[in-house]
Amino acid sequence: MIVVRWIRAFVEFWIDFVVGDDWTVAATVLAALLGTWGLQRAGLPAWWLLPAAVIGITTVSLRRATKGTHRPTRPR
Amino acid sequence: MNITVGVATFLAAAIEAIEMVAIVVAVGATRSWRAALVGAGGGLLVLAALITALGTALRNVPLQPVRLVVGALLLVFGLQWLRKGVLRVAAQGWAVGQGEEHVDDLDVPPDRFDWTGFVLSFKGVSLEGLEIAVIVVAVGGAAGALGSAIIGAAAAVVVLAVVGAATYRLVARIPRRALQLFVGALLSSFGTLWAAQGVGVSWPGSDLALLWLVALYGAAGAVLLHFVRGWQLPAAPTGTAPVSGEVR
Repeated sequence: MIVVRWIRAFVEFWIDFVVGDDWTVAATVLAALLGTWGLQRAGLPAWWLLPAAVIGITTVSLRRATKGTHRPTRPR
Repeated sequence: MNITVGVATFLAAAIEAIEMVAIVVAVGATRSWRAALVGAGGGLLVLAALITALGTALRNVPLQPVRLVVGALLLVFGLQWLRKGVLRVAAQGWAVGQGEEHVDDLDVPPDRFDWTGFVLSFKGVSLEGLEIAVIVVAVGGAAGALGSAIIGAAAAVVVLAVVGAATYRLVARIPRRALQLFVGALLSSFGTLWAAQGVGVSWPGSDLALLWLVALYGAAGAVLLHFVRGWQLPAAPTGTAPVSGEVR
């Protein structure tokens, strides 16, 4: 039983490490890496794709996270 | 002692050691010093075992797959922090968590060992350490001066570790929320650089691309912070919609 609990905790740790709050971020990074590899194999410039995908998905993820939220009222 | 080999290895190893120390200090300052140092120690132990087991055969270790895996993991984790950093600074301002002030941070378990901090530090140290070992074997082996190469690389690691130890208090003075945002950008930059190198990409400026990646992601974080504040609805009475930044 202890072993099963350890394995479950181990798997949960890695899922949380990779996926976090928004699974679409990890999925986009994976897709961008595949795209980068494809461009590289085709002999095309590929270095720009990953940074562009990173900024794009971070923007989309933040927009989604802020939808319907309010500005804080606490003093800065 | 072959001075030329020693200096060349020192300079090459110093670049890798800067990256190693930057990750350990960043993880220590934002998460847990204990986890960061245990992770760094673990990384060095694994590295010592690898060097002992493989010796000069280290030259044949394929670094590309290692860079791809470590880079991709650092990137996805760094992006989570960049995202959380933007949301939390938008919600609470820059100054929260200054110095030793307690921060209610659900990312870091208060009464348990911080395994996430351990893994981040471990990966950074073992990957950079492996690259230093390969430099030592390649430069020292080619020139027939392995001893000088080892001394040069060891000196670089010691010097950078001392610099890291001397500056960590300065880093700890930076407000925690601001640091989380910056460390997110830093880890994402390392991750982007290594993961792309892992699939065979040659960066403009080689490893110096890290500098413009940090600047790019840092600037993107600042711009997104501005956007997030604009996307939020005006302040509402308590008990209605959630306040931005209330994330895990």
